[in-house]
Amino acid sequence: MANRPMLEIVSLEKRFGPNTILKKIDLKVAEGELVFVIGPSGSGKSTMLRCCNRLEEPTSGDIIVDGRNIMAGTRRDLDRMRLQIGMVFQGFHLYPHMTVLKNVTLAQRKALKRTKAEADARAIDMLEQVGMAHKADAYPGELSGGQQQRVAIARSLALDPKVMLFDEPTSALDPELVGSVLKVMKDLKSKGMTMVVVSHEMGFARETADRVVFMDGGVVVEQGTPDEIFGAPKAERTRAFLSRVSG
Amino acid sequence: MDIFIDQFFNIEIMRKSLPLLLTGLWMTLQLCSAVILLGLIGGLFVALGNMSERRWLRFISIAYTDLFRALPPLVLLIFIYAGLPFAGINISPFAAVVIAFLLNNSSYYAEVYRAGLISVAKGQWEAAQSTGLSPTQTLIHVVLPQAMRNVLPDLLSNTVEVVKLTSLASVISLSELLYNAGMARSVTYNASPLVLAALFYLVLLWPLVRLVSHFQRRLAA
Repeated sequence: MANRPMLEIVSLEKRFGPNTILKKIDLKVAEGELVFVIGPSGSGKSTMLRCCNRLEEPTSGDIIVDGRNIMAGTRRDLDRMRLQIGMVFQGFHLYPHMTVLKNVTLAQRKALKRTKAEADARAIDMLEQVGMAHKADAYPGELSGGQQQRVAIARSLALDPKVMLFDEPTSALDPELVGSVLKVMKDLKSKGMTMVVVSHEMGFARETADRVVFMDGGVVVEQGTPDEIFGAPKAERTRAFLSRVSG
Repeated sequence: MDIFIDQFFNIEIMRKSLPLLLTGLWMTLQLCSAVILLGLIGGLFVALGNMSERRWLRFISIAYTDLFRALPPLVLLIFIYAGLPFAGINISPFAAVVIAFLLNNSSYYAEVYRAGLISVAKGQWEAAQSTGLSPTQTLIHVVLPQAMRNVLPDLLSNTVEVVKLTSLASVISLSELLYNAGMARSVTYNASPLVLAALFYLVLLWPLVRLVSHFQRRLAA
């Protein structure tokens, strides 16, 4: 694996009024690496992820994607840099008034300025990759949660992002639908996508993650390979958390 | 019974007054087009101001919607048409009506838009912006279509009110439908032209009112 960092989080701090949610977080994600973030609710893991494309505005610190600091520059620069940072949400957030195909082509047309033919072709490719090409003309309301989430992944992928952020991508799904989404994520990883995943799917982490990061109280408590974190956690807080979730 | 038919449904008088009423109807339609179109556009900007992160912009648009929803439109109209000339500002009757009802109406449209914009989940904004769409693109392609659909019955209701509102223009002698019907009545000494004008309004608005009910039922389902 290349060691070039694709995503760097540098002393990231986030405060809401008197509460400090993130306390000077530092994290480097190498090209092609899958970093899996775990931690109790309120640990700041989702906030950290949302700071990575400035959906949440950091109080201070830097976010560097492929060598460029997204905290610098104008609003337009930010829009352009967001194209390189795909994001998948817990609640899918497909556009309900558009077909699946239009969901996947909208940003390609408007932000990347691709032609309709280019955007359609790319969309069909991506929908095939997530196994949803047969639903291109359906509306999101006609799809199951797992199908919607796969379309949402295709929507991000169609923009050729350099890194993909997953914010609890399977937490809103019925158990029997989780597998189809995890499979798509596993495929992505094998194709070399750089990924940061906030999730509770420990089995997936064990199998697929290069590195597991445990967060609590707005700091990174411990990080290591899945074997290290799940097999022999060093910090007491990590042990307590893992025994609770596997309990 | 004869006198009733002769006074209200006199076909001969209706036929004679028809050209005048059609001229009035044309004026009414022009007024409606101007007020509705400008109101829909202006109302959107006021609504966006209302939801802005800038405090001064929020303050201005809230003051605007409060003021022009509280002022009676007829008071506004007479002030603009008959009051402003005292300050040396002379405005044509048509412009006076458009301005007065636009001020009134855009503030109602703004409130409807605002309800619509609020009804769209925050996740829609976030998803669109995370794919590199600018705030304006997000608004146009993602948020506004959903917002409009959610408040379509209210937008239509408000539009019905605009059409009815334009009959107030007769007060400043603008020759729209009601004013011309009144003229025809006083010339013919017969109320049939008024009945005919009422029928015109009915034909114009009844389908719209039906449509409002239809959309309300569909949204409730």
